[in-house]
Amino acid sequence: MARGQRADLALPRLRPLGEAALTLELGERLDAVTSRRVRAVAQAMRLPAGAGEVVPALTSLSVFFDPERLSGSELADRLLLAAARTVVPDPGRGDVLDLPVFFGGEEGPDLAAVASACGRSSSEVVAALCDLELEVMMIGFLPGFPYLGPLPDWLNLPRRAEPRLRLPAGSVALAGGLAGIYPVASPGGWHLVGRCAVPLFDANDPVRPARLQAGDRVRFVAGDR
Amino acid sequence: MIEVLACPGLASVQDGGRSGYRRFGVSVAGALDHESLMLANALVGNPPATAAIEVCSGGLRLRALTALRLALVGATAVIVGRSGHRPLVAGCSTSLLADDELAVDAPQAVACLAFAGGLATPSWLGSRSIDARAGLGRPLCAGDRLPLAADEGDGGVVIGPHRAVPAGLTLHVDGPLRVLAGPQQRRFHPHGWQAFLDATWRVTPAADRMGLRLSGPVVKPACGNSDIVSQAVTPGAIQIAGDGQPIVLLADAQTTGGYALIATVIGADLPRLGRLRPGDTLRFAAVDADVARALWCARRSWLAHAVKELRPLPAEGEGIDIAALYRHNLIDGVTRAE
Repeated sequence: MARGQRADLALPRLRPLGEAALTLELGERLDAVTSRRVRAVAQAMRLPAGAGEVVPALTSLSVFFDPERLSGSELADRLLLAAARTVVPDPGRGDVLDLPVFFGGEEGPDLAAVASACGRSSSEVVAALCDLELEVMMIGFLPGFPYLGPLPDWLNLPRRAEPRLRLPAGSVALAGGLAGIYPVASPGGWHLVGRCAVPLFDANDPVRPARLQAGDRVRFVAGDR
Repeated sequence: MIEVLACPGLASVQDGGRSGYRRFGVSVAGALDHESLMLANALVGNPPATAAIEVCSGGLRLRALTALRLALVGATAVIVGRSGHRPLVAGCSTSLLADDELAVDAPQAVACLAFAGGLATPSWLGSRSIDARAGLGRPLCAGDRLPLAADEGDGGVVIGPHRAVPAGLTLHVDGPLRVLAGPQQRRFHPHGWQAFLDATWRVTPAADRMGLRLSGPVVKPACGNSDIVSQAVTPGAIQIAGDGQPIVLLADAQTTGGYALIATVIGADLPRLGRLRPGDTLRFAAVDADVARALWCARRSWLAHAVKELRPLPAEGEGIDIAALYRHNLIDGVTRAE
C-alpha cells in the first residue's frame, strides 16, 4: 500500500461506460474523503495519448477515450495505478468563497417544510447552513451546478415526491445530504430553500465557464431583505 | 442568410457537439444522428461536423434571403420560387435563389439540412449546437434569421457542384441495437439482464433530445432500488429508472446521473438511436468491447466509402440556371445581406 493511504479506503473498481469511456469507482458511499480522493486521482493521473475528457463525480471518475487510438485495458491499468499511488489529501486550506443567499420567503418556499421535516425551526436550518464550510464535491447535472456538502445527517432529506417543473436560476436547494445551486432555470426535485444571485456559469468563458470547481469551498451568508 | 417562416415541430442548429466541457456540467449536445449530418454536409462539400439544421419533428419552412446551396438528408421538401414549384428529394443538394422558399416535410425520423459553407450562428464553448436546457440558444422559431458563413466573403461556395446520394444507399441498419454491459449491469439479477436482452421494447411518447423512455417488462435491480451515487453518463447509456423501465440517453443528456446504468449502446449504433421515434420497437444485443470497436471501425469505413460514392448531379437536370445564380451572387451583390 502506498504511503499515506488509509487502510479503510474502498478498493477501486473499473466499469466500462460504453467502449469509449471507463468509470473508476473509488467508493459507494458519499463522503468527503472519497470525494477528495476522486479529485486527487483525477489530478495525479497522466493521461496516455488517445484519452480525452476526465469527468470527476462524487465517488468516481470517468475517462473518455478514442478506442481506435487507445486500448481500454491500457487505460484501465493507468487508472488503477493512479488510484493505488494517490495519497488522499487533507481538506483544502484555501480561500472560502462567501455566497450571499436569501433564504425562505418567495426565494425559498420549501424552507418551512424542510425545517418541519427535520424537527427544527426555519432559523435553525438557516443558521446551520450558514455555519458550515461546504466543499464543492462535484459539478454536474447542469452547467456549473455545484454539489455542496456534506450536510449534517439531520439535514439529509430525500428528494421531493413531486419535482418542480421550473426552478429559477440561482435557486439554492437541498436533497440527499447535499446542497446545490441551479445556475440556470431548470426542472428540479430538490427542496428549494433560497436564492443566490452570484452567477455560476458563463458560456462565453471557454477557459473556466463554471464559477466553482470541485474542491472549492464556499459558505452561505444569509442576505438581508 | 435564411429566415425561418414556420417551425411547427422541433428543429434546431446542431453540429458535431461540444466536447471538453463535461466536467463543467456542460452536455455534449450536437446532432442526434451524426451520419445524417455528415452526409448532408458532404453533399455540399462541408467538413462532416459543420453546423446544420436538425429537424426532429413537424417539418420546417424557410426563405433564402441570399442565393445559397443546400442539401437535405432524411426528408423531402418542396421549393417555391419565381419559376414555380420543384420537389427536392431526400439525399441531394440544390440551389436556392434569394426569395425562394423551402418547405421541408416532417421527417420520418430525423432530417438534416446543411448549407454550403455552413451556418454562422452563435457559438458557445466551441460549438454552435443548441442546448436549450443549458441556456445555450433555443430551438428555431418563425422569424429567426440565421446567418450563413457564405454571407461574409466566400460567396463562391454557393456555386459548387450538386451531388446526390446514390440510389440504394441507406443509413438504415436492421437488427438489434448492440450494447456493452455496464457500468452497473451487475446490480441486476441475471434474470433481469436476460429479460432486458429478450424483450422487445417500445419507444414511448416521452422522447426528446435528452433521451428515450422505453416500455416493456419491468427490470429491477437485485438489491431493490436503482439509485446510485451520481456518476458520469454519456449518450447511449441506458438508465433503469425506479419503475424498472429503461431510459436511453441521447445527445442532450445531463453529464451525470443517479440511476443504475444497465448497459451502454455502442458508438456504431448511436446514430440509429437518434433516428428512433415514439412507437418504434427495438431490441438489444450484448457485444464485448472488441466487437464494439470493430463495428465502429467498420461503420466509419462504410461511411467514408459512402461519401466517396456521392454522385454528381447535372445542374440542368435540377432546373438551376448557374449563370443566373452567378449574377445574383457576384454581380447583384445579394450575398451581402443587410
